[in-house]
Amino acid sequence: MQKAVKLFVFCACLVPFCYLFYLAWTNSLGPDPGEALARESGEWTFRFLLATMAITPIQQFTGWRITNRYRRMVGLYSLFYACCHFLVYLMFLLGFRWLALSEEIFERPYITVGFSAFVILLALGITSPKSMVRKLGKNWKRLHRFVYLAVVLAMFHMIWILRSDFGEALLYGVFAAALLGVRLIRYLRSKTG
Amino acid sequence: MAVGAAMAGSLPGMAFGQDGDALKARAPMSLSRSAPASWWEPKFADIKPAPDSGPYFTGESLTPYEDVTRYNNFYEFGMDKGDPSSNSGRFEVDPWSVEIAGECDRPGTYNLEDILNPHALEERIYRLRCVEAWSMVIPWIGFPLADLLKRFEPNSRARFVEFQTAVVPETMPGVRSPFAIIRWPYQEGLRIDEAMNELTFMAVGVYGNYLPPQNGAPMRLIIPWKYGFKSIKSIVRINFTEEMPNTSWNDLQPNEYGFYANVNPNVHHPRWRQDTERRLPQTLFSRSRIDTLMFNGYGEQVAHMYEGMDLARYY
Repeated sequence: MQKAVKLFVFCACLVPFCYLFYLAWTNSLGPDPGEALARESGEWTFRFLLATMAITPIQQFTGWRITNRYRRMVGLYSLFYACCHFLVYLMFLLGFRWLALSEEIFERPYITVGFSAFVILLALGITSPKSMVRKLGKNWKRLHRFVYLAVVLAMFHMIWILRSDFGEALLYGVFAAALLGVRLIRYLRSKTG
Repeated sequence: MAVGAAMAGSLPGMAFGQDGDALKARAPMSLSRSAPASWWEPKFADIKPAPDSGPYFTGESLTPYEDVTRYNNFYEFGMDKGDPSSNSGRFEVDPWSVEIAGECDRPGTYNLEDILNPHALEERIYRLRCVEAWSMVIPWIGFPLADLLKRFEPNSRARFVEFQTAVVPETMPGVRSPFAIIRWPYQEGLRIDEAMNELTFMAVGVYGNYLPPQNGAPMRLIIPWKYGFKSIKSIVRINFTEEMPNTSWNDLQPNEYGFYANVNPNVHHPRWRQDTERRLPQTLFSRSRIDTLMFNGYGEQVAHMYEGMDLARYY
């Protein structure tokens, strides 16, 4: 049963990828498909990042132990979508010009913060296997708290590319702030209590 | 309506009798639009085709009508590229009037028919380069802006020209959005010599057809050597000024958008590299990334206006 649920969650997380792949394959992404793919894959990365961060508070509030079992998988999916996002950007928007990539990372602030968030997610992904958790001990938790920084950087990355309308970014911002806020409150309580 | 649709949808060559004397591009018949008012029809029956050589000639392939009319930045109708075409159906362009103001001898409010009446229409195929690093090649229908401006007799204090877009909250959902940070009305400006340049074009049509609202109906500027946001749409006000006018994007983010906004591969926007561009339409399997040219390739006609200016400073 548990295995079936796990398989189901695994497949469900792949649905956005398959859908985008289908749209790309059938040339249904409009006249500028590279840009459309970059935007969509970026948004999915952020959604998975928020979903990962929602799992612990959901468990704390509902006592529903089962959710934590999927935290690593959902977290790794946000890395998966971040990799797609980065590859799409590199292939379709930069056309594999590596020199341009290094210029972008150092000169364009929204790329700087986005790339930093990506590097953090990579580090968290590499240290996610059980053997690494054991090896790192206490430091594992310290390291993985960097996900909070990644969320904030990703948020800036998104806001900086907007040209005018901030409605959608505001919605993401509210979710991100709530998920960070819950943790901050808990932390402050544990200090005073 | 039937007359307009049939006329605008006729095959190349048919309307003008012989090859080499026909518009280079026509909207697909199924998508062609009816005239905004009956007085438009005779104007569109006689359009001088784009030349096969000379300074405006480009041998590049055209961006299809469907993409030109469905991939737009027109924030008054929404933020996504598809929003303007989906949300602009109720936008009315008849009646339409344009206010002429400022440093000229014939200010006043003119109805559109009087504005357009003396001008013979011609077709011009121009490259359009967006600051977001994509570009299109589009066959516009219109007339030189200079011919229009001269009629209002600008005086010697007219050093700049300011333009404004219509603001109609009832039919423009983007204007109603509480999250938009542009201050409406959208505003643009040109130096008077830029406005009078032979390339600066007032478009009233595209692909041999009447402009759809998402492309700036009934009347919009085309300034092919500047980034697309300078080519202001759905114009309701033209104001001759002595001082450099405010422009919407410059007001919003002065470090990102300058007054001049000349296409320049050497000066990067803080968010978009400008050395190359994606020529639309693209598919993922046939991507065409091309080098961006100084002044979008129109240096011969416009570079002299900026001699001695530091274009990295005056971006």
